[in-house]
Amino acid sequence: MSSLLEKSPLGVFQAHLAKGELAYQVCLDDNKPFFYPRAYAPVTGSENIEWRVSKGLGTVYTTTAVHYKGEPPLNVAMIDLDEGFRMMSRVEDIDSMQVKIGMRVKFRVYPGNDKQAPYPVFTPVENAK
Amino acid sequence: MSNPNLAGLQRGSVAVVGAAESDLGQMAAGTQPMDLMAQATMRALEDCGLTLKDVDGLFVAATQVRMGPMAFAEYLRIKPKYFDGTIIGGSSFMSHVAHAQAALQLGLCNVAVIAYGSTQRSVSRAAASPRDFNPFESPYRPFMPSTAYAMAAMRHMHQYGTTREQLAEVAVSARKWALLNPKAWEKEPLTIEQVLNARMVCYPLTVRDCCLVLDGGGAIVMVRADRAKSLKKKPVYVLGTGESLSHANISSMPDFTVSAAKESGAQAYAAAKMKPADMQMLSLYDAFTITPILFLEDLGFCPKGEGGRFVADGAIAPGGKLPVNTSGGGLSYCHPGMYGLLVMIEAIRQVRGECGQRQVKGCDVALAQGNGGVLSSECTVIFGSESTL
Repeated sequence: MSSLLEKSPLGVFQAHLAKGELAYQVCLDDNKPFFYPRAYAPVTGSENIEWRVSKGLGTVYTTTAVHYKGEPPLNVAMIDLDEGFRMMSRVEDIDSMQVKIGMRVKFRVYPGNDKQAPYPVFTPVENAK
Repeated sequence: MSNPNLAGLQRGSVAVVGAAESDLGQMAAGTQPMDLMAQATMRALEDCGLTLKDVDGLFVAATQVRMGPMAFAEYLRIKPKYFDGTIIGGSSFMSHVAHAQAALQLGLCNVAVIAYGSTQRSVSRAAASPRDFNPFESPYRPFMPSTAYAMAAMRHMHQYGTTREQLAEVAVSARKWALLNPKAWEKEPLTIEQVLNARMVCYPLTVRDCCLVLDGGGAIVMVRADRAKSLKKKPVYVLGTGESLSHANISSMPDFTVSAAKESGAQAYAAAKMKPADMQMLSLYDAFTITPILFLEDLGFCPKGEGGRFVADGAIAPGGKLPVNTSGGGLSYCHPGMYGLLVMIEAIRQVRGECGQRQVKGCDVALAQGNGGVLSSECTVIFGSESTL
């Protein structure tokens, strides 16, 4: 992270996402991956940070189905990526109540629109192409 | 280990001498959060026989009044010598107790008021507690805070076999206590089946697994122990406090089945020189039915994972083995957004022996557990009567 005048952690993340990549950071001082993207590594406070691209494979750590009025139940889940970081996301292509803890899932990009930037979602591994 | 944030705090150096709720429920149109704060404050001062002129320490946190100490000092037209607006959600007020103890001990102030007010029922939760936009959570539309607690419950169920019926037992126990509290919002009995069959909010939590959404406020008055004895009511001493921040957003919670109450509780026990078995009554922040289960484990009343089985068969209901949330809790008594002050007021009243039908016999020690955000901030206060000094 050279200068926040030039690029931001969120900006780099979204640029990767635009290429279909799920990016995360590793602190090279303690070799620990972290997420969400930051300008300085947690704990060490180091700027010695490397961006890496995840293989996009992970496991559901926990899950719920949110019942908004007039909508089908909406999945919200926490995904543990194989590289060792966790993120909130949604598992798609499956009934929200059928998303199970321990289920293997694969990343893909949910396309954004004029109001919402693209963001990462997941699909069960057996559905992934 | 004492409260490591405030290692100089001395057991029993300060006491709560006044405690009161504002009106609770649904206020008249136009009622402002600070009207409720002021009502609670004046009632709490009346409770101990002090006046507004005596107040020189002001501790305020509220979601609808972002700069609480400044705004409330203006409302009251007082100039506090010491003020603190620490805002870490529903546990803010337990944190204020620790900070007020420090300020009182150092002589930075002599009479500390901790106050809260909310009109979240009147203006809606969305308006009363707008959430920060988070680019790594908001796109998924979590219904916060319910979604976070639902995910914690799901992980606990997966890891330890906790059941929806056991979660429901927490709500049913709270309702039984509420029926003994004339100030409680809920007036009708509740069954496990009714909890399970209620409207689903975030699986596995139905609306009956979630706290009430009401208007209300509270205030407590604290002074040094030497002054406390000359006031109207029996002093309730602060024996120990603990404060711990774990995360802010649920995505960053390290283990969804372990709360930072493990740390805040250990700090408070060490400061009070007491252990879980010494607690005669627990006031545990019950925003959702999963939270008392986590706190019973993390505060040492049962092993990790056993909380669901611990609360089964009425163990925390009236007549059970451990009195928990005797007011009826946030689930059935009142939950005005940040409920921590009311959590403490019930513990204080139990130590005073003012709880009427729901009074725990010979209650000299009570533990109040505050919880803020999405299991994010955990703060503990242990209160004791004079006999515990």
